[in-house]
Amino acid sequence: MNEVRNVIVIGSGPSGYTAALYSARAELKPLVFEGSVTAGGALMQTTEVENFPGFADAIMGPELMDSMRKQAERFGAELVADDVVAVDLTADPKVVKTETETYLAKAVIIASGSRYKELGVPGEKELGGHGVSWCATCDGFFFRGHDIAVIGGGDSALEEAMFLTRFGKSVTVVHRRDALRASKIMQDRALANPKIEFLWDSEVAEVLGTDKVTGLRIRSTKDGTEHVLPVTGVFVAIGHDPRSDLFAGQLATDSDGYLLVDEPSTRTGIEGVFACGDVVDRTYRQAVTAAGTGCAAALDAERWLASKER
Amino acid sequence: MGATKVVTDETFEVEVLKSDKPVIVDYWAEWCGPCRMVAPVLEEIATEYGDKIGVVKLNIDENPAVSQRYGIMAIPTMSVFSGGQVVKQIVGAKPKSALLRELAEYI
Repeated sequence: MNEVRNVIVIGSGPSGYTAALYSARAELKPLVFEGSVTAGGALMQTTEVENFPGFADAIMGPELMDSMRKQAERFGAELVADDVVAVDLTADPKVVKTETETYLAKAVIIASGSRYKELGVPGEKELGGHGVSWCATCDGFFFRGHDIAVIGGGDSALEEAMFLTRFGKSVTVVHRRDALRASKIMQDRALANPKIEFLWDSEVAEVLGTDKVTGLRIRSTKDGTEHVLPVTGVFVAIGHDPRSDLFAGQLATDSDGYLLVDEPSTRTGIEGVFACGDVVDRTYRQAVTAAGTGCAAALDAERWLASKER
Repeated sequence: MGATKVVTDETFEVEVLKSDKPVIVDYWAEWCGPCRMVAPVLEEIATEYGDKIGVVKLNIDENPAVSQRYGIMAIPTMSVFSGGQVVKQIVGAKPKSALLRELAEYI
């Protein structure tokens, strides 16, 4: 494949699809790598999205993403359900590789998003899929009548907890502080829900069980005392890590792996490479802010390409 | 459907436990997005490696007995059966290259 594309977009959440939409409307014919099993990004794993502006009656996450996708495609974005496995952003033109093909582009927009953070405690990985999950909407179905623990204190943790009350006998939110990070409205709803209990100032020391989860070893963040919480389901909702591994050694990140850009633009340290969405944003991480920076990245790319032609 | 086969609680013993070659059981459901994403990948694997390994699909909504017996608590889960036993379990949707790496010793 020797054709040099104007722009390649890596990723397909709100930031990727919005970058694709704007690039397409600028007649740049963007090539978008959506991901083979991750297309649509983080919202594919949520139910109602109530806070994306423009949807007064809420919209289901997958439906919103499908709509964004169709919109980008309508204006000429080329969407490929494949994964980027390697890049050389220092080359000219830039090189983007999938498992089987190599592509060249003048500009690259990185919208690779983030992945679930793991607790990093013994038993967590081993029991993944056997009682430990990082996605309530995906796996809640299997926990009908179970005693469930949700680890975390932000909006995601409370949303997961609320969703799981449909299935679980009990839902215990385990949080390492004594105050929640979540938005007021989510806090009020969770605190009012009779099925949801809170274990404050608590962290998970170990996930217990051999073939299935039987409980959690809980440690107090105040005085270190431990006890066992008997649960058969554990949902980890402690945040996300940016997916910036592919760019190590080429693009600068902060100490937590978030890609650095020249704010308020989306320019990275390499000419013609732009980054947007949750792979950059550690502060807001909302669908609408991701869409906003996706748009900015496309405009930055367009202007850069135009300036190169003069 | 192509190269993958549908199995049920009733046909599981014959198609999977008594199979003379290893079989991948793909546990899935209609409401599972990642299951749909991984389905075409499994079709390809079934076509390309069909002589070495079988690929069957089990709908967990319609077939609760088998999924409960094997403690399935997340989907997609892909279990490799050989000689009537589970020899490998892969939980979660993965790209084709990752799946092939996990299945290397069977194909």
